[in-house]
Amino acid sequence: MIGLARRLREAGVLGLNRRNAEYTLLYNQRRLYPLVDDKLQTKKLALAAGIAVPDLYGVIEVQREVRNLPRIIAGHDAFVVKPAQGSGGKGILVLEKGPRGLYRKPNGSFMSEAELAYHTGNILSGIYSLGGQPDKVLIEYRVNFDPIFARIAYQGVPDIRIISFLGVPVMAMVRLPTRQSGGKANLHQGAIGAGVDLATGRTLTAVWGNGVVDTHPDTLNPVTGVEIPHWPTLLDHAARAWELTGLGYQGIDIVLDRDLGPLILELNARPGLNIQIANRAGLGLRLEKVKASRDGLKTVEDRIAFARENFAAA
Amino acid sequence: MNNRHLYWLAGVLAAIAFAIFGYKVLILKFPVTPDRLATAWRIEARIDFNAHGGPVLGEFLLPRSTTTRPVFNEAFVSGPYGIATRDAGDNRAAVFSIAEATGPQTLFYRATLELAPATETPAPSPTPSLNRVPMNEAELAAARALLVKLRPRAAGISTLMGLLITNLRNAQPGDEASLLLGNSRSTRRIVDTAIKVLRQGGIPARRVNGFALAEDRRQIGVAHWIEVYVEDRWLPFQATDGAAGVPPRHFPWWRGEQNSVTITGADRPHITYSVSMAHQFALRAALERSRTIGVNLTDFSLFGLPFQTQQVYRILLVVPVGIFLLVLLRNVVGLRTFGTFMPVLIAMAFRETHLIWGITLFSIVVFLGISVRFYLEHLKLLLVPRLAAIVIVVIGVMALLSVISFKLGFMGGLSVALFPIVILTMTIERMTVVWDERGAMEAITQAAGSLVVAIFCYLLMNAQIVGHLAFVFPELLLVLLAGILLLGRYSGYRLTELGRFRVLAGKDPQ
Repeated sequence: MIGLARRLREAGVLGLNRRNAEYTLLYNQRRLYPLVDDKLQTKKLALAAGIAVPDLYGVIEVQREVRNLPRIIAGHDAFVVKPAQGSGGKGILVLEKGPRGLYRKPNGSFMSEAELAYHTGNILSGIYSLGGQPDKVLIEYRVNFDPIFARIAYQGVPDIRIISFLGVPVMAMVRLPTRQSGGKANLHQGAIGAGVDLATGRTLTAVWGNGVVDTHPDTLNPVTGVEIPHWPTLLDHAARAWELTGLGYQGIDIVLDRDLGPLILELNARPGLNIQIANRAGLGLRLEKVKASRDGLKTVEDRIAFARENFAAA
Repeated sequence: MNNRHLYWLAGVLAAIAFAIFGYKVLILKFPVTPDRLATAWRIEARIDFNAHGGPVLGEFLLPRSTTTRPVFNEAFVSGPYGIATRDAGDNRAAVFSIAEATGPQTLFYRATLELAPATETPAPSPTPSLNRVPMNEAELAAARALLVKLRPRAAGISTLMGLLITNLRNAQPGDEASLLLGNSRSTRRIVDTAIKVLRQGGIPARRVNGFALAEDRRQIGVAHWIEVYVEDRWLPFQATDGAAGVPPRHFPWWRGEQNSVTITGADRPHITYSVSMAHQFALRAALERSRTIGVNLTDFSLFGLPFQTQQVYRILLVVPVGIFLLVLLRNVVGLRTFGTFMPVLIAMAFRETHLIWGITLFSIVVFLGISVRFYLEHLKLLLVPRLAAIVIVVIGVMALLSVISFKLGFMGGLSVALFPIVILTMTIERMTVVWDERGAMEAITQAAGSLVVAIFCYLLMNAQIVGHLAFVFPELLLVLLAGILLLGRYSGYRLTELGRFRVLAGKDPQ
């Protein structure tokens, strides 16, 4: 067991304790957390910086406003309901309008108006929010994902997670929903994570649960070697996120829309560590590398070039 | 970030703790391990009453010190009250008085007692007068009938007592025993009735009131038994079955049918007694030694607190030990639990319920709570009212469990009341959310994980040596604090991460 720990350390694998003690606690100031924990604030920041985000249809802040829901979604065939302060994808509903006033979920099941109102009320009372405090509900544009992913995602919206440290993109993965994840792009819930070569934007091996897979378990199409469109823009967004929020260590979640291109979904001040498994590589060595040469990296271009050069797949 | 500051702080804290600990162990000779031969008990009586505004005069009956049952270290905490002890017939009494008092008043009496050896022979005492208790005609007839029935079958006082108590215990409606007892079947009533009957038959008898010195308890009930005057001494008989001798591990406090406190100028007083294993002879000697050196550790330590408060700290001081274990299990092992400190609170409840009962009750309450929570899901309630509803259900389930287990004769079920209700409710709510989001397996795994952590915490917190060290050497808390501070900067892998990231180790041939 000691040997295993040593080998992991040599591979530069980052553990939860080290991520907290040496990165999030040191490089992410507590007062900046609300910027990313509240998705409404993140949206405003991104828009101000000229970065595209999914269009916001409406916000519900108190229980009484739940009745405004039909008015907010009027004129939109599909929409997403999410807690402003949710974590780990909890409480997010992706809905399409269906027959008889029902709403269709990505898995094909239906939800009534009353069930949607109940879900909205639950979000407001804070069961999905980080500290359990009362929350807001965002209703926003449902992404029509890029056709490149249609072959390798089962329902739901695949997204791209890039971890950036001091403004340098250090690791990336694509998260692909599966039948098991219920259309959600969350690895905990059964989505596939595929590592991405930072230099080329091409997917590497993928993990599902605790094992490595080459093909999507539901569509049976290969998930490796897929080239992600708009890759330079994605790297640019990830590098800029540092100036945006001031958080040194963060995860940037981006979706690719068929028509609108890359949209920032959310930023994360405590991004998970599964990305290491998806990339079959440890974060620790890359982070140390960035720390050692941080003084030479002044501009966004410098940082992107540094990432492409140093963190290309072997 | 420089960790030197932290290492210094932890080092200083640990050094202070070990310095005090070393001084107490090496110089004052405080015992490091709990003494197995502990036979001394500290008992505290707390008298609360509401004074009417004028003079207050009261009398509190005290235990009498004998060679077999010494009473020492007596102390009164009586505030402005004047205290004097006097001889009151069969008892010793403390008379307390004040010229004027209004509102709630509290007096404390503390003493250390020792239990007499099981086989003791009472000392001779002068013949008492036979105070027959006045009875009405029906009772008189019943008492006589009972004596006529039992006496021929008894070979001596021992068998007579056995027969008499068994008869009273098994009173059937309509028989003499039932008529004498009236409505009550309490031990006190049985004792008083037996005394009435015995005196009617010309045998001097009296009630003894005392305590079971079995374990550390914060509020203990008064126990009763009987003494009968045979030849030239008072012989004790138990009130359960009339067997000879003082009930096991019981200490007689006062004798007679009166209450232990009588008072004028105030409302009926309320008396609570608490008892704990007194801190042994080695420890007492250590405390006395410290006094002679001039360091009065008794006054400035937990030993100087009122007894009930000491009992509270005995429990509170082991909590940091449990918390330390919890930090280890969460941050070094990587176990996940519902609620950060929930397992420690459950472990505290286990102290009272004991392990098997604790686990059973916990599982039943959580299971029923979850069933109800799933039902409530259909009603689409808002969060806070829903939580409130679960709190009520949890309390109801606990009450029901107590009643059912009591009816079935499982006393262990009564202690369910000690579970932290709000914590259980939050556990149930979180568990259902996890159940919905991540599936039943994950929810049950996490619940079982919490329970396992609680069991570990309980086993550690309940270890005798841990309780002893925490209470006698509270400075060791600083060592725990230092350890927790250091763990706060532990950045190594968690044990569970070794498994999670296994694929990243070695196999990669780069």
